[in-house]
Parts: sequence; C-alpha cells; structure tokens
Amino acid sequence: MPFRQRIKSTTYGFATLAELLAKASPARAGDRLAGIAAESAEENVAAKMALADLPLRDILAEPLVPYETDEVTRLILDTHDTAAFQAIASLTVGELRELLLEPASDSAALARLAPAITPEIAAAVSKLMRNQDLILAARKCRVVTRFRNTIGLAGTMAVRLQPNHPTDDPAGILAAIADGLMYGAGDAVIGINPATDSIARTDSLLRLLDDLIVRFAIPTQACVLSHVTTTLALMEKGAPVDLVFQSIGGTEGVNRSFGVSLAMLAEAQEAARALKRDTLGDNVMYFESGQGSALSANAHHGIDQQTCEARAYAVARAFSPLLVNTVVGFIGPEYLYDGKEILRAALEDHFCGKLMGLPMGVDVCYTNHAEADQDDMDAILAVLAAAGVTYIMGVPGADDVMLGYQSTSFHDALFVREAFSLKRAPEFEEWLREMDITDEAGHLLPPRSDHRLIANATTQRG
Amino acid sequence: MRERPRDPWLSLAALTPARIALGRAGASLPTREVLSFALAHAQARDAVHAGLDRPALARSLAALGLATVEVESEADGRDRYLARPDLGRRLAAPSRERLESLAHAPCDLCLMVGDGLSATAVAEHSPALIGAFLPHAARLGLKLAAVVIARGARVALGDDVALTLNARAVAVLIGERPGLSAADSLGIYLTYGARPGMTDAQRNCISNVRPLGLAPSEAAARLAWLVEAALSRGITGVDLKDESDALSHAAAEAPTLPR
Repeated sequence: MPFRQRIKSTTYGFATLAELLAKASPARAGDRLAGIAAESAEENVAAKMALADLPLRDILAEPLVPYETDEVTRLILDTHDTAAFQAIASLTVGELRELLLEPASDSAALARLAPAITPEIAAAVSKLMRNQDLILAARKCRVVTRFRNTIGLAGTMAVRLQPNHPTDDPAGILAAIADGLMYGAGDAVIGINPATDSIARTDSLLRLLDDLIVRFAIPTQACVLSHVTTTLALMEKGAPVDLVFQSIGGTEGVNRSFGVSLAMLAEAQEAARALKRDTLGDNVMYFESGQGSALSANAHHGIDQQTCEARAYAVARAFSPLLVNTVVGFIGPEYLYDGKEILRAALEDHFCGKLMGLPMGVDVCYTNHAEADQDDMDAILAVLAAAGVTYIMGVPGADDVMLGYQSTSFHDALFVREAFSLKRAPEFEEWLREMDITDEAGHLLPPRSDHRLIANATTQRG
Repeated sequence: MRERPRDPWLSLAALTPARIALGRAGASLPTREVLSFALAHAQARDAVHAGLDRPALARSLAALGLATVEVESEADGRDRYLARPDLGRRLAAPSRERLESLAHAPCDLCLMVGDGLSATAVAEHSPALIGAFLPHAARLGLKLAAVVIARGARVALGDDVALTLNARAVAVLIGERPGLSAADSLGIYLTYGARPGMTDAQRNCISNVRPLGLAPSEAAARLAWLVEAALSRGITGVDLKDESDALSHAAAEAPTLPR
C-alpha cells in the first residue's frame, strides 16, 4: 500500500510499509548502509507524520516478509491475540503512543496488551517516541521470570556475571566469577561465552559452573553460551544445563545464518524443562539479539534494522525466556555509529521488548572503532536504569578479554544500584547477606582475603 | 597521591588477563583504574584513526627487494571508511587503472597490505612478516605480484586487486580491530580464486600476529603452508583446515606447484 505525506509544496511518497518504517526511523548507520534511510531530515519527519496516521489494523494487514516464505512472519500472525487487540484495534500508531503514556496504561493494563502487540506495531510506535517516552512507557511494564530466583520485580535490577577467558581456562574463569560474586553480581545468570564451540569444552565449563552453584548453594543459574545444537547434544549426554542460550534474529533468513529454526528452539526448550533443574519456575531460555544482524546476514528484506530487531523479540516471546538482551553496541559503527545512535537503539530495543512482554536486559557496550567511550556508556546505563532495565552485564573492569569489546562492569552495576536505589533478585540478595558479602542494606562489606569464595578460587589454581 | 589498595584477592589476578581485584572507591573505581582503562582505550582509538605511512612502508619493502604499488579504496576519509564497509571493498577508479596499466603475466600470489582498523599493526609488523615469508616463497617457487599497499582497505578489497592483477591467490595483511589489551594485531586472510563477491567462509585467516601474540616468523610459516595447500588443492576457506601445526615437525620436501 502506498503512503503519502504533503509538506508545503512537496509530497513525499512511500511505496510500502517497509519503506515507510525505514524512512521514519531515527538516523542510524545501518539503515544508511542498506540504502533505505530517509534522504533528508524533512523526509524523515514526513514519514513519521504518515506513520502517525496509520491505523494499527493496516500494519497487521501488510506483513513485511511474506507469510508463505518466512516462519517468523507465520509465528507473529498465528500467535497474534485478536481478543486483546480489540482494545487498540481502532487506534492509529500516533494514538497508540499517547495511550501508552496515559497513567491509566499501568503495569496491569500493559501486561494485558502485550499479546496484542506485534513487533511491527512496537517498532512503529517506538519511531514516534522520543527518548523520554521510551523511558516512561517501558518503566511501567513489569515482566517477572523465574528459574532459581526471581528476575524483574519492581525496584530490582539483575546482573549477568560474564567471566569470559580467552582460552576458557577454568582457573581464570573461576577467578573472575569469585571477583564478580564478591562485588555482588550474578543474579541474572553466571554466563560464559566459550572461546570455542567444542562439545567437550562446553561440557567441562557446565560442570565447573554447576559445582560452584551447588557447593555454595547460590540461588542463580548457569549458562555456557554455545550454539543451541551443542547444548542439545550435551543435554542428551546428561550435562548439567540450566539455561539454553541462542542468538536469534527477526527473519527466517537471519536465523538460518545462525543455524537455528523455531523447531530447534522448541526442542531445546522441551529438553531443558525436562531436566527440572529449576526450583522456582521453568523459564529455561536465554536469548541474545542486536540491531544489524539481518543486514549483516543479508536477510533484511529491505526492512530497517530496528524493526528487524523487534521481530526477533517475537521469536523470543514464543519460548517464555528467563532472560533476553540486545547486545546493542557490539556490531560496530557501520550499524550504530556513535554514542547517540547506540543510546537510541538501546532505549528502542528495551521498550519494544518490554512492551511485547519480555524480560528485557541490555548489554550496554561498544567497540573501539565506534565513536563512543565510557562516558557514553554511563549515560546509556543511567537512562536504562530509569527505564527499568531488567538486567545488565557484569564484566570485570568492563573489558571483555575474550570477545574484545567493552561492556558494563561490576562497579557500573554498583553505581546504578546506588544512584537509582535498585536491589538484586531477592533470593540472591539474601544469599549475599548470608555469605557476609553485603550488609543488611545490600551494600558491600569491606573486602576480605579469607572469604570462602576466594579460598575456593585459589585452590582451583592447580 | 596515596593509592587505594587493590582487593585482597589480588593473587587471583595472575590467573586471568581480565581486570579483577581492582579495588574500589565507594562503589566506584579507584582513580588509578579509571586512568589505566582510559589509556588503553586512547591507544586503541589512536590506532583506529592513525593513517598508514605508505611511502615508509614501500621503502621497507623495497629494502627486501620487493616492488610495490599504492592503491586506494572508494572509502576516502577515516569516518567514511568506518561507516561504509562496502566502499572499503571497492577499488577507486584511478587505482584500478594503475593496476591495469602494470604489465602483469599470471602469477601465483598477490600480497596486499591494507591499513584496516589498525595502521599501527601494519606499519610495525607487516615488513617483518613479509621478510619472513620470502624464503618460503622462494622455496615454493612462487611467482609473486608487486606488493599492493592499500589505503581505506577492507579484507575484500583484495578480491578486486587479485582479479585485476591476474593472481591465483591473494594474501591480505590487514590491521585488526584494536582491543584494550593490544592495539597492534595484524590479521592475514588468504583467498584462492578471489573475485568480488567472495564470503568469509571462502577465506583462511591467521589472526593476532604481533610480537606478543603469534610471532611474525611463525605466522609466515603458517601462511606458507596454507598457500601451498591452497594452490595445490585449488581451494581456501572452511574446506581447507589449517594443519600446519601437525606438519611443522615433519620433514619438509621441496614441493612443486601445479601450474
């Protein structure tokens, strides 16, 4: 369906919904690289104006990727809750923005609405929202998930402890974990990105994490972020798998480039649930995604990178994940050029995920060839904390020595807790007190060399 | 200034290059750590934005007895280079004409040295690497094209260069994305039958070439093994596994290459 917007004597035309969404997107490098960005600032606003007047029904009526050839489109349309959609069926995109900002759209109302929100609707409305709108609407969304603790309660923010090592050295990994736990991090998950995808290596890392969690009765979950096929093979062999990880994207083509399909994810979810390793809930999946993956895999179908990203959240939503995070600045400046673009993308991804009902975390990060630095990360982190981000990463000193990028640190998490009065997952918070790592208020006690966690990491030195 | 102590589990820091046991000032980093991180990032940023001194590199290579030719990609300017990887993969028209004007019979291998994301790495390590590779090239009887020194280069620029120079294979020596711990890593990408449109799955990569990583002499031996295998089997990429480790102790027979 063609769209038009007249501004004084100029009429801007947009041939398809994909073109309208792309041209309405806030400026970013990846859309320019794909050749689909607005060609002038005025065209960008003209597209936003046309988008504001677009009925939500019309978005449902025009799939961005054909139903017949894309299983993500089929998932989106087949699982759309038409009963819940009645509440917003008569609205335009611009009217939905205003509804979301009304006080009456509280946590309960937004939770009821979530199954009516397709990724395209979420992406469309986000393009009309300023950063402050993205903060206000997202912070009202409440998504709570459970495995061995409770993630996402009001007034909390969790941290993934990310103890990566360039060669997966067990002693080095245990040292980084001990450091992180002593800094009060690790309630979201203790999650290792392995340096290789070898089955034997992943198996030994899983056992390392399981031993630690059992030995110290840590109310958290472990994950080795291998490919889903590796994790499936390991579950068959009886390896101690808490969470199944997978990188996902928003079109069937991106997922194929990652070597995954919806059927494969369903099989893995079922296998992990059957292990019954949880104590509180069966949210067993952990997904990562990030703007730009579809263009990078040449599977974007002319869709802007933010809308592609939102479609990945439809994939995530189908598997009731414990955790989902966008790895927002990892992909590089050809997709998100500088701190401003990374900040905008972080807020959009977090908002879209939350609106669709996901436990949305953000890997606030950058690479050395992006126009960004620690000050940009501090600003993004603070803004996300205001938006109620579910969890962030905890990397020793913000420097991931395996993946070669900068994320947020254990110290950064403490900064956020102090500045925004945010607690950890309650079960983990209690464990830290029992372990004499924090005081009653959750603040770190003075560091001790004779702590059991340190002694444990020291004896592993071999 | 009196320094804040590191954490009392500092001994664990010997087990990992990760930044652990940093200590804290309240919830925040000690000043020492803020500055040490800032320095590492500054060095990485400087490496990303440094320009390659191509005449100096050409002189170093001339001292090894090598002819060189300078080319540019369509990505003019560092900002444009970073934002538009597609332009960094295409030869600028004058550079294409320059290469076409060279008299060139078919050859076995073209070495292309490109600035990539760290001109520092290229300037500091590519002469040593090429110097160590030349004896291998002589042993293998390789016919080499003039060494191409490229500005604004992505790996795939080598595909265009190899096709224009009628080379059977191309080895691209290029500055890798600087990390906080090392800003001077050189990467080597070998592609057989290169032409525009090749994917990374069709290349073999040797990465982290630097004195404190993979030493240039060792990288040169590995490259020679790959070049020999690529030219005799007619492939590079995922179907050509690097077995140079297994063979490095085997007696090396003087191999002959198919023409």
